[in-house]
Order: sequence, then structure tokens, then C-alpha cells
Amino acid sequence: MRRYLSFRDFDWVLLGLMLMLCTISIFEIYSATQNTKFHGFAGKQVYWILGGLVAMFIVSKIDYHRLLDIVWWLYGFFLLALVAVKLFGHKALGGKRWLKFGPISFQPSEWFKLVLILLMALYFANLGARTLSWRDIFKAIALVGLPMVLVLMQPDLGTALTYTPILLAGLFLGGIHWKQAAILGTVGIMAIVGVWTSGKILKPYQKARLTSFINPDNDPRGSGYQIRQSLIAVGSGGVWGKGAEQGSQTQGDFLPIPHADFIFAAFSEEHGFTGAFLVLLLYFVILMRLIQNAQTAADMSGSLLVMGVVAVLTFQIAVNVGMVIGFMPVTGIPLPLMSYGGSSVLFTFLALGVVMNVRMRRFVN
Amino acid sequence: MDFRFQKMTAVDKVNRDEKLPAIKLTVVQYGILLMMLVLVGGLWRLQVLGGDTWRVLAEQNRIRKVPVLAARGKLLDRDGRLLVDSYPSVSCFLVREQNRNIDVDLPLIAKGLNLDLEQLQATLHRFRLSPGYQPIPIKQDISPDEQAFIEAHRNELPELETIDVERRLYPRDGFAAHLIGYVGEVSEEDLNNPKFAYYEPGDVVGKAGVEETYDEILRGQDGSMDVIVDSHGREMGRRGIQLATPGKDLKLTIDIDIQRAAENALGDANGAVVAMDPRNGEILALVSHPSYDPNAFAVRIGRSDWNKLITDPNHPLMNKAIQDQLAPGSTFKVIMATAGLQEGIAQNLKVMCNGGGDFYGHFFKCDHHHGLLSIHEAIPESCDTYFYELAQRLGIDTIAKYGTALGIGTKTGIDLPNEMAGVMPSQQWKMKTFHEKWYAGEVISVGIGQGALEVTPIQLVRALSGIASDGHMVRPHLVNLDQLPGQYRQAVLDTFVGSGEKQVSLGSDTWMTVTEGMAQATQPGLYHTAEGAHLEGIDFAGKTGTAQVVGGGDTHNKGGLKTPNAWFVGMAPRRNPEIAVVVLQEHGDWGSGSAKLAAQIITAYVNKKRKQEGNLLLQASKPAAPVEVGAIWSGPAVEEIPESHPSRDEAAARVGHPVSGGSDQMRMHAGHFMVAASNEPELAETESLFPSRKPQAPTKSPAALQAEASVGLPERFRGVMP
Repeated sequence: MRRYLSFRDFDWVLLGLMLMLCTISIFEIYSATQNTKFHGFAGKQVYWILGGLVAMFIVSKIDYHRLLDIVWWLYGFFLLALVAVKLFGHKALGGKRWLKFGPISFQPSEWFKLVLILLMALYFANLGARTLSWRDIFKAIALVGLPMVLVLMQPDLGTALTYTPILLAGLFLGGIHWKQAAILGTVGIMAIVGVWTSGKILKPYQKARLTSFINPDNDPRGSGYQIRQSLIAVGSGGVWGKGAEQGSQTQGDFLPIPHADFIFAAFSEEHGFTGAFLVLLLYFVILMRLIQNAQTAADMSGSLLVMGVVAVLTFQIAVNVGMVIGFMPVTGIPLPLMSYGGSSVLFTFLALGVVMNVRMRRFVN
Repeated sequence: MDFRFQKMTAVDKVNRDEKLPAIKLTVVQYGILLMMLVLVGGLWRLQVLGGDTWRVLAEQNRIRKVPVLAARGKLLDRDGRLLVDSYPSVSCFLVREQNRNIDVDLPLIAKGLNLDLEQLQATLHRFRLSPGYQPIPIKQDISPDEQAFIEAHRNELPELETIDVERRLYPRDGFAAHLIGYVGEVSEEDLNNPKFAYYEPGDVVGKAGVEETYDEILRGQDGSMDVIVDSHGREMGRRGIQLATPGKDLKLTIDIDIQRAAENALGDANGAVVAMDPRNGEILALVSHPSYDPNAFAVRIGRSDWNKLITDPNHPLMNKAIQDQLAPGSTFKVIMATAGLQEGIAQNLKVMCNGGGDFYGHFFKCDHHHGLLSIHEAIPESCDTYFYELAQRLGIDTIAKYGTALGIGTKTGIDLPNEMAGVMPSQQWKMKTFHEKWYAGEVISVGIGQGALEVTPIQLVRALSGIASDGHMVRPHLVNLDQLPGQYRQAVLDTFVGSGEKQVSLGSDTWMTVTEGMAQATQPGLYHTAEGAHLEGIDFAGKTGTAQVVGGGDTHNKGGLKTPNAWFVGMAPRRNPEIAVVVLQEHGDWGSGSAKLAAQIITAYVNKKRKQEGNLLLQASKPAAPVEVGAIWSGPAVEEIPESHPSRDEAAARVGHPVSGGSDQMRMHAGHFMVAASNEPELAETESLFPSRKPQAPTKSPAALQAEASVGLPERFRGVMP
């Protein structure tokens, strides 16, 4: 019975699409890093992907309802982990984001994404009534807001921002009334303006990073430089691209972090509009497939789980590709499955594992 | 698995069958579609529509802007002689190529460039995290041999690159080191200072002295050059150059000859010398010992050398001329005398000196038993008792009034960084600083320049020469304002705030009495403190000071830490002097010693002046004399030389044979003419070659010559031939 379950209802199509992206990623990382000090990262990415696959299979085996059972424990545990990071964290790259246990670094803020997805799904599924009261809304905001603040204090603006789509997806799908949404929206904007102008919560370099995408020449040495290089790389790719391993901006080390944040730029330079369009199409198909899984899920919590994953992935794609083409500020958010990075790969595979999980149990009642 | 499903799960059974509203999911789907379209649209705009533009930009991206360094302005002395210049230097860099393992080449590089292999490896290791195209500096100031090595190994060692830079060359042995200063790389803390808003890391900036004060003018403006690089950052070509604006050369008021005389005079002693022109504040010489070699700072100074300089108890880095705050000793009596005369007390004050006097219940000592003195003797003999009495009568606040008016306790405003202000004690000062009342008895020691009084050498020379100039006080400076472009003049005055240019009104009898007193000090006479520094034929005046150090008492071993500081302020001539010199020898004992040193400097100055003025005036005073011109020409024979003439044979030997005999034969003639400035040449005499010449220049008697030489010389310089 079990084997039957896993063999047939596993979403092979989805897996196939994912692996296509992963393959593209490996080739692109290889091309982008071959002349830099990051060479060898392509190999590491392969390891991460394999590890992710294993993790995905494992997670898909566990009934997601059991995960939901323990989600409050997970929430508490990871909250404590975030506090521990603040107190004992390993300082690197200008922030305290990791806990080090010997050779293993553990970044709680990444794992928290998964926990929040689970939590949101449980919370909104349990509310039952199709309309949300203000009390419900505030409680949801608090649940998400608390870890967000902790992560912001690390400081890690990028990761903290990825928690918002989870909240928004939950509110939207959980039945928020448009009037309530309008009020929240206005309040939210006012809060953002307040935070911005107070100058206390956002450090000056963070503010500069967020605004330089509007006019990159204002900050030609800092993040303006990154955006400019990205635009040049993408634009000069033209329709057909310059060819694999032949992007002059990528190869010339002009494009910063070509293997992670700006991998899409490196790819666009080498494969042009056609390549970029195809990758975006791949993402689109994956997202649609995920939504289909949400529609066919067995219960509300399952649907919400999948939609939470959709929200996070969409957000990341939108922000990363937007950044690469100059629509969005530079925030360090990785492109799922394409960007190099263990925690990003692992998170994506785990999240998709949960989706597999939901899909596999859609007929079980 | 089935059994576990029966257990109550966190999700209510009630909601199990509920699904997400389909419409919401559709909204999400379309939302995602919209987002994708926006992204694709952005890509379209960039890649399809704008592809060409960006391609061009990608090309241009491979252009690097390289700065073209501006040459730093030179420093010259007042006669235009070179004091500080820059020299071209070559630095060697290591460029990291991606496909090359540099480590195997390191031993060869170390050998060829005379570097320590381990240090080279350490440097490489230090730079391993920086971007690949950034070159690593490995050696500065490479010699021609090393340059040849690099050239010869271009193929085997392509990673070696050279770059031409400009380095500052300062006089050796610390000559004028404190007034010149030095340059160095701008530091991290400096960059946070708004003063350095336009500076970037790696910029060379003045760090002391004139180099610091006038850095903006000396540095000029860097230009830039576009360099095309390949994808590895190696230069492939150049494209367009914006030339640098070189820095402006600055003419200092310093006279190298006087500076040398001052440095030699001070010799090995610790202390300071300042020579200034009191008419306008121009500094002719500024010395501080011990000194240091600023060339050591031009290359990044080694830590151990820096520590040595900082911890040296003689403070070589301190510019003692403007930073040493010490009790002036008896030199202050000039200011005391000025105060006393202005207040109308000292004119008629006569004091009996029996080796000291009783004041406020204490006995205050004087060095000698001077007997009965008036102000006219008290100054040259430097009688402490007289001035104790004067101090008691004036009171501290009156003394402070005159002291402050003359610039004691305030910076002078000299255009060097980090000037100190000294201390002019007063009742208000004591209350503010120590929160204690001024005890009347403290004025006594102030009267002879001790106590809480602190002056810097520059303050002292300005004050005393100002008094000698009838109260005309000046702003001491090393660069005349007319050297600077317009907006900088006010900037300099605003930056270096001090007593500056000012007129203190003095009664004429004050002026006469004080200057006479100082002039007498160098004249031979009993107890005249500076008679050992007398200069014959030069109107040289001044005041000695033997300032005791705290806890020193009457110690007199030269150089010992308890020995008094030896001061002397001298000037020439006595009234409206054109040069004033202050000599401070730390722990140099008696001020008369410093007086002798000052005398050397004044002599050097006067000698130089006489040479210059003597030459110029001799030529300028005489009307242009006619010039004697000799010429040889051919013409018709004028007369036969009689056979008996002794020079005939010679003449025949010199002159060619006549072409033909007879009256229309051509002959060579010789003669000399006097040509006046605007006249036609007149034929004075025509003779055969080598006639006996009559002297044209009139001889003059030595006395007449001397009288001539003295014409136009200032009165004080007459009577002595150059």
C-alpha cells in the first residue's frame, strides 16, 4: 500500500521540472564561476541537490498532518533558536545569522520559512469561519511579526521580507474581507513610511540598497554598481545570448555574485531573451502545477500548505528576477533552485517535499 | 498508517472537506501570470529592444578609469631656491592571472627584486580574498637593476607590473623638518573628518607643517585616463586622457641661509629658534631640536621607528617653536617694564637691590647685589629685586592686561598646525582653572617670568619685537598671502586664529626706555647680561632669560633635567627692528649662552644683507659709464710708420702685406672707442696695433671708494666694508 502510494502519486512531473531547473543551474553556476575564486561551487551544488532530493523523499513520506500536529512545538523551538542566534551567533558577513556546531552551520531563519508555512496553514484552516475577525488578523500578524523582528535584528532584511508573502497568502486565502484588506494596506503603508523616515530601524546602508535601484548611477560604487552591471549583462545578451561560458560580463568578473544573487543575469547574458523566457516559462509551469496540487488537496490545511509554498516561491522569483532586470532593489534573496546555496536548495526541496506530501495523500480520507 | 489517521489531528474534522474557494485560486493564478508577464516585458525591453545599447555598454564596461596623478607643488625659499621637491619613483605590483600559479614564481621574484621570500608569501596571502583584477603592491622605489630584471623577465613573469609614482624628497638630517612637515597616506579616521570630504583612500596628504596647512594648494588635481582592460583586468590599450592640474609651487618666507645659520647655532642642544621679520611677520628661520628625517615618513614608517620617535623623552616630533610652553624667565621683564612705564610707575621707581627683597613675608632672591637701580639699569642688568617691586605695585591683573595685549596666553595665529597658547595667569584665570583664589604673593614670581606663566618661543619673539616696533604686532607666517589664490587667503586667516596683526598703543617714552634698555644689555658693562654677545658695528639689542624649572632651584649643570631653560630674544636694530630672533635652549642654563647663539644668527643675516645691498647699490648708484670698445678694420693707409719706430717690425709681422704700394693701398687699422649709452661711437684715437694704452677708469682713493660704497646703506651698516 505504501509503496503504491509513493510510486504512483508522487508528482513525477513536478520533480522532472524541478530537476530541469537544477540542471540548468549547475551548468550556469559552473560557467559563471569557472574563472573566479568560486570555482568548484558547481560541484558543491550537485551535492546540495542530491541532499535535497533525499530530504524531499523523506519529508514526503511523513504525513503532513503529523507535521501540523507538532507545528507549535516547532515554532517555539525555532523562535528560541533565533534568540540563541542573537546571543551566541556566529558573526559573519556583517551579521549574526548562524549557529555553529562544529563544522555544521545552522541558519534558523531559513528553516523558519517552512515552519511559518505550516503554521499559517494550520491557523487559517482551523479558523473555520470564512470571514476573519480583526482579532484573528492581529493574531496572525503577531505570529509572523515576532520572528520577523528577530530576523531583522540580525540584521537580515532579505530573509525577513520573505515571511510576508506567507502572511499575505494566509490572510487572502483565509478569507479576509476586502475592506479589512484596504485598512490593513493603508496602515501598512503608513507604518512603512514611518519606519523609513524614522531612520532607526533601517540602517542607512539598507535604505541605500533599497533605493539605489531607482537610479543606480547615484551610487556607482555600491549597490548601484551591482544593478548596473546586472542590467548590462542581461541587456547585452540580446535575443540569442552570447553563448554558454561566453558572457563577457560574467566571465570578466564584472557581475557580482554571479553564482547566487545574480545567477539569472549570468544566464540571461549567455542565453539571451530566448533562454530567459524559457526559464521563466519553466517557473510558471511549476507554479501552476503547484496550484493544481492545491486545488486537488484533500483538505483545507493541505491546500493552504501548498499555497504557502507557492507564495514564498513566487515572491522569491519576483524579487530576484525583478532585481536582476532593475525593477526591484538588491536584497540578496535567492532564486529558488537556480541560485547556489545549501539552505536555499534545501528549503526549496523540503517545501516541495511537503507539496508532494499533500498531493500524495489527496485521495486518502 | 490508517490507524494513525483515526487519531484526532490538529485539524478539525469539520474542516476536512472544506476546500479553498476556487475563485481565490484563480485570482492567484492570474496574479502569477501577470507577474510573469511583467518580468518578461522587462526582459524584452532590456534584451530585445535595448540589446544594442547594452552591448555597447558592456564594451565600455571593460574600460577602467585610472587616475593620472597630479605633481605636488614644490616648496621654495624666499629667494626661489628649492627646499622640497618630488622625484619620480617606480613601484612594482603583482597582477594575478587566473590561469597562472604564481607561487612557483615567488622565489625567482624574491631574488630579482631583493625581497624576503617569506614576506612576499605573506603579502600574497593577505590579498587572497580581494578581487582578482586588483594588483598587489610588493615593492616601492625599485632600483634600475630591479626594473631591468622585470623587463628581462616579461615572458617568464608576466604577473609583474610597474607603475610610475611621485615621491616627496625632503632635506636630509631633519633640516627645517618641523616647518616643512611631511606627507603620508590619508588614514581611516581622517576620512571621517569633513575636512577630508574630497579625499579617497590611498590619497597622499600633508600631515604636518606647511605640507599640511597648504595641502590643498600643493596637491593639485588628479586627472584620469581610460584604460581598456581584457576580461582579466590586464591593460590592453588607452583611450582618452584628462590631464592632471599640477599643484602650485609655494614660496616660503624662509631664507635657507638664515635657517642653516640657526640650525648650526643650536647645534646639538634641545630647544628651538625662530627668526622673524617684525615688520611683516615673515618667518626667516624656524628650528626645533631634536629633529627627525621626514623622508622616513614618505614611505610608510615602520612601527618600531614610529614608537621610537613617540617615546623619545626629547620629543623629536614636537615643534618646540610653537608648542613648547615654558616659563619665559627674565625675558618677561621687558613686558613688565612696558607695563610699568605705561602705568606711570616705573619712570621714577628706584629700588635698592641687596641680593633680594622681602615681599609678602618671604625673602625673594636676586642673583647679584645690584645696588640702587632705576628702570634704565634694571633691564640690561636683569635685576630680579627691581621687578619684584614692580610686580607688587602693578598687581597681577594689570600685568595680565599688558601680557594679554602683547599676545601672551593666546596663539599667535602662525600658519602651522597645533600651535599652543601658553598661559597668562590672572585672578580670573586662576579661578576658572583651579577654582581657587589668587594669592597676592604669587605675583612676585610672575614679575620675573616664573610662576604659572607659560610662553612659546614664537609668542615671545612676537611680543618683544612688537614692543620694539612701537606696539606694531604682526601675524607670524611662513607663506605670504599673496602667494595664495583669492579664496584661500581668508580661509587661512580663519583657520589659524590668533593674536595676529594688531597695534598696541605705547607712549613714546615707554618705547624709548625699553628699547634702550634692551640695547644696553648687549653693551659691555657691569652685570649686563648679554655683553658676551656684543656685535661690533651692528645695532643688536635683546633680553636674556634664565628660567628655572619646577623643583630646579639653583641647579646649574648644563643639560641636566633640573637646569634652567636658557632664553634669549634679540633684534637688530633696536627700534623698528627688521629681524628678531628667539633662542631657547632647554636646560641650557644661563640665558647669556643663548644670546651668543642669537648673535651668530644676526651676524649671518647682516652679512648677507650687506652683500646683497652692497652689490646692488654700487651698480645702481653710478650713472652708466661709457663702455670701451676695441675694433680692427681695413681701410686706406693713413700714414707710414717711420722706420725707426720700435713697433714697426711687429706691426709688419701682424699686418698683411699691403696690396700695392701707394696712397690708395688698403691697410688694417686698430683703435678703441668710448661708447656712451645712447651715443654714436666716436673715434677717440686711431693708432697702429698695440699702441700703449692710457687707462680710462679714474682711480679713486680708498676713502672715496668707501664713501661711495656706503651711499644708500642704512645708517647702522655703515662704517664696515663688506
